[in-house]
Amino acid sequence: MKTLAVAQGVAWRTLHNVFTNPSLLIPSIVFPLFFFTAFAGGLSRVQNVPGFGFPDGYTAFQFVFVLLQSAAFGGVFTGFGIARDFESGFARRLLLAAPHRSGIVLGYGVAALARWAVTVSVLTAVAFAVGMHVGGSGVDLFGLYALGLILNVAALLWACGVAMRFRTMQAGPVMQMPVFLVLFFAPVYVPLSLLQGWIHGVAVVNPLTRVIEAGRGFLAGSPTEVGAAFGAAVALVLGFSLWALRGLRKAEAAG
Amino acid sequence: MHAFADQVYLLARRSVVRTARQPANVISPLLFPMLLLAVNAGGLKAETRLPGFPTTSFVAFALAVPFIQGALFATMNAGTDLARDIQTGFLNRLTLTPMRRLAVLGGQLGGVVTMGLVQAVVYLSVGLAVGVHVKAGPLGILVLLVFAVFVALGFGAVGALAALRTGSGEAVQGLFPVFFVFLFISSMNIPRNLMEITWFRDVATANPVSYLLECVRSLVITGWDGEALALGFGITAAITVISLAFASWALKVRMAR
Repeated sequence: MKTLAVAQGVAWRTLHNVFTNPSLLIPSIVFPLFFFTAFAGGLSRVQNVPGFGFPDGYTAFQFVFVLLQSAAFGGVFTGFGIARDFESGFARRLLLAAPHRSGIVLGYGVAALARWAVTVSVLTAVAFAVGMHVGGSGVDLFGLYALGLILNVAALLWACGVAMRFRTMQAGPVMQMPVFLVLFFAPVYVPLSLLQGWIHGVAVVNPLTRVIEAGRGFLAGSPTEVGAAFGAAVALVLGFSLWALRGLRKAEAAG
Repeated sequence: MHAFADQVYLLARRSVVRTARQPANVISPLLFPMLLLAVNAGGLKAETRLPGFPTTSFVAFALAVPFIQGALFATMNAGTDLARDIQTGFLNRLTLTPMRRLAVLGGQLGGVVTMGLVQAVVYLSVGLAVGVHVKAGPLGILVLLVFAVFVALGFGAVGALAALRTGSGEAVQGLFPVFFVFLFISSMNIPRNLMEITWFRDVATANPVSYLLECVRSLVITGWDGEALALGFGITAAITVISLAFASWALKVRMAR
């Protein structure tokens, strides 16, 4: 019960900060829209490449990537807030005041989810407004958003672990760059089968490839690699939970 | 004239040393564009199979992007360094000396131009190492390096203008997403004639960044294309002259305060 109370307090404060500060809120909403526009608008001709074979068009193909990217970066942006809390000294006071400190991580996780819920609502509304075609049913779409949700939590836990170890905003690139690389080492612009050379080899072993391909399968109404995708996403959450909790212990030890 | 040259040299040396002493300012502009090139060259290789695509090597097509992306970093570095000089009072102290306005600007941009040249050499070397053949030959490589220097100077002047108008490093950093939008809504990843969505093609056509990219691309892929070169150098000259004029005016205003 005390853990939930701590989580509630941390989540409320984080969300209050984000939603009352345009410089924090606007980029997290605008950037996914911008990537969606740049990729779906500029590269739509790519769907004419022989062997592309995604039935719902390039807009839907890119929507899935941008949705999952927004989920991951929603978690990372919340991690920036954790680092900022350490820099300002707030997090240290929080560590002193919280009876169950794991509630702090839980609270940041809830805030990351709520923050992404707003971003993904806007992104989805824009995608439908520009005529995105969806082949999947409601259940399929639920699968897509569930994957996004799990990815959001995984990215938050990764960023949280980094923030609690470094306790400075200067660790921003350490949180952001690996997520950026892992996302872009997946089949971003074309299906996995059309990738060639070294990037194909990297994409095959990249766990996010399974998540992105399954997401596209959900949107097209032909689910594929569902077990592998959810398995990879849940494994990331479990692994990064340990990473974040050990980070919390290091922050406690640092005082 | 001799005194003016001395003033520019001293400030340029300071600017170069300061840039070199900040690893983040040296490594990021070299590493990040190369990472994006690697990712895009791998991910979009299939695009070369589209009818009408100008080359069979996507790396050759995409090599233009790091040149312009590196210039965006130059903008941020020039602006942030000048803003720091304003915030720390260094610029105020300069106003007590007989230093000329143009020398202050020229000197401040010295580090950016040097970094722009280093970046261009690195990008080009990586491109050549992975098998890109510059169609315009050795003279084309020289023109490419000169263009990279001009682009760095032009964008650096934009950064300096932003710093002089706002006096804040944070405000200059805030410009980065705006410049990034210009880069992405251009012919960065696909030739304009192959863009399917009409409004996107129109925006890319109106976007000056497209012509900067196409200038570099023409030397690498096509050979000597007078129109692409004239547009690229013309737009860069316009950006440089306008930004330097406004930056000089902004510096005059700031020095008068």
